[in-house]
Amino acid sequence: MDLVRFFVKRFLRLLLTVLIISTLIFFVIRIIPGDPALIIAGVDASAEDIQIIREKLGTDRSLPMQYLAWLYSIIRFDFGNSMISGESVTKLIFERFPLTLTLALMGISIGILVAIPLGVMSAVKRWSLWDYFGLVFSQAGMAIPSFWLGMVLLLLFAVKIPIFPLFGSETFAHYILPALSLGFGRAAVILRLARASMVEELSKEYVITARAKGLTETMVKYKHALKNALLPVITITGIELGYMLGGAIIIEQVFSLPGLGRLFLFGIYQRDFTLIQGGVVFVAIVFSMINFLADILYSVVNPKIRVE
Amino acid sequence: MMAENQALLKVENLGVCFTHGAMKAHALRGIDLSFYREEIHGLVGESGSGKTVTSTCIIGLLPSPPGEYTSGRILFDGVDLLGLSQAEMRTYRGRKIAMVFQEPSKYLNPAFKIGEQITEMLKLHLDMNKEQARQRAIELLGLVGLGKDGRVLDSYPHELSGGMKQRAMIAIAISCNPEFLIADEPTTALDVTLQLQILRLIKKLKDLLGMGVLFISHDLGVVKEVADRVSVIYAGRIVESSTKGMLFENPLHPYTKLLMASIPDARKRGQRLATIPGRVPDADATPSGCAFHPRCPLADERCKTENPELKGKENGHAAACHHAGESWNI
Repeated sequence: MDLVRFFVKRFLRLLLTVLIISTLIFFVIRIIPGDPALIIAGVDASAEDIQIIREKLGTDRSLPMQYLAWLYSIIRFDFGNSMISGESVTKLIFERFPLTLTLALMGISIGILVAIPLGVMSAVKRWSLWDYFGLVFSQAGMAIPSFWLGMVLLLLFAVKIPIFPLFGSETFAHYILPALSLGFGRAAVILRLARASMVEELSKEYVITARAKGLTETMVKYKHALKNALLPVITITGIELGYMLGGAIIIEQVFSLPGLGRLFLFGIYQRDFTLIQGGVVFVAIVFSMINFLADILYSVVNPKIRVE
Repeated sequence: MMAENQALLKVENLGVCFTHGAMKAHALRGIDLSFYREEIHGLVGESGSGKTVTSTCIIGLLPSPPGEYTSGRILFDGVDLLGLSQAEMRTYRGRKIAMVFQEPSKYLNPAFKIGEQITEMLKLHLDMNKEQARQRAIELLGLVGLGKDGRVLDSYPHELSGGMKQRAMIAIAISCNPEFLIADEPTTALDVTLQLQILRLIKKLKDLLGMGVLFISHDLGVVKEVADRVSVIYAGRIVESSTKGMLFENPLHPYTKLLMASIPDARKRGQRLATIPGRVPDADATPSGCAFHPRCPLADERCKTENPELKGKENGHAAACHHAGESWNI
């Protein structure tokens, strides 16, 4: 019962977030000086040409009408056509999305599979070799810029020792180096949090209860403390994944991958307003959805959140 | 009167020291306690007197370092618990010696249902399968007054009230029919009305399961309600020990007398509540001689230099005081 109510509440919050962001984008775009119709038409265009473009864009209508039309288009997931190529923005986004999704999932997997176990072990065996290794790993992960790591990895494992392909996105192997470069820094953040969280949980009173019950140390740590320690880790992992799904502009540039990041970057270069606004709304929706899923997962692990 | 050798659990001359750098804190300075089946032994003292350290030692969870045993034994069924490895001790913990803690909301794991927190012990210690464990858990909940339908099994701790949480905590503790139960201030975090219910529950379970109980409290009033035997601890030493009747009728140690005088009493309404001046000394700075002498109204030169022995064990009422039984104007 609690879970269903929590689910509905969080879903309404998701819708509200998307609505607020869409509204913000709508007005920000309108505040930016310059009439998009003029930009499209060019300096030499006649007044009629400009009027025709305005009608096509819908900017000839009143502001409230434009706003309603905008919200309606979001509901239909139709962000209009690119002002440069004329292609559907939705189509452009969904062409690029699988690549970004693959990259993000692989990047976050590195975070989950490496950082969480390493962080938890660091906490359990504090000030041991494990912990120092984790410390070096996370310091390096936070200090090394991902583009530099990407270039070094390319140089080492695609040029000097050609194990991985230099560019392209056809096979799984193409994604390994970019995912590593992308995931390393994220993993560092997750590791620090996992360690701090586990250290805190291990000092909680219920751990004493678990020991007093005669449970083995394995059960005390990896059942009782770990389940609680994972809570903040779930939240931060969701946020990290959300960021990655917005496209990794730098990594996509380094590895010449045609992902969302590059699509939006070129949209900005070319002042493709419809593409930019569609892109921002899309990223906002994806981000909210990931957070929503993380919240649901969180509430399964920690039922207490449902009533708070 | 039960003979000494029938004791279920005996703490003998137990000494514990905590080391922090160059600082040494003697938390326990040689204490003796005997626990019998079907008997609640109250251990009373102020914060920092060594009550909780005593219980931590009995259940074998003294953090070491910084804690360290300096002397003594803890005999349970003739076995010295201090000589056991952690793996051996685990077969006692929860199975034969169980513990109930002060604040159930902190000592229950918030992420697991009550059912899981009970059944994991049954599966581990009694090799029960899932269904057997669930049946037994429902039985246990009925026993502690949490309903016979087992609805609480599927509740998380945050869904229960304070009193229910403490009942659940007790259900966990008694799940494997332990022979010895440690209750460390089990009612301190509860409302007064709930306190009495929980005290009665512990008494009932003691009779039902034949457990020996160590009941720790800072509140002599609560101990009077529940205990059969009472020991008073001060600065890591037992200063007085007796059956409840004898102790409350004729307290021998001035500290015990002062503690009794500070129990609120409806008949003394309107008067100032008596307090004991000063506070318990830190364990790294225990006064010389009798540790209580700086706060004692009867203290003389001898008390400052010579530590009194616990005398009078033969007649079942022992006190560690050079002026045992002497009276003064409180």
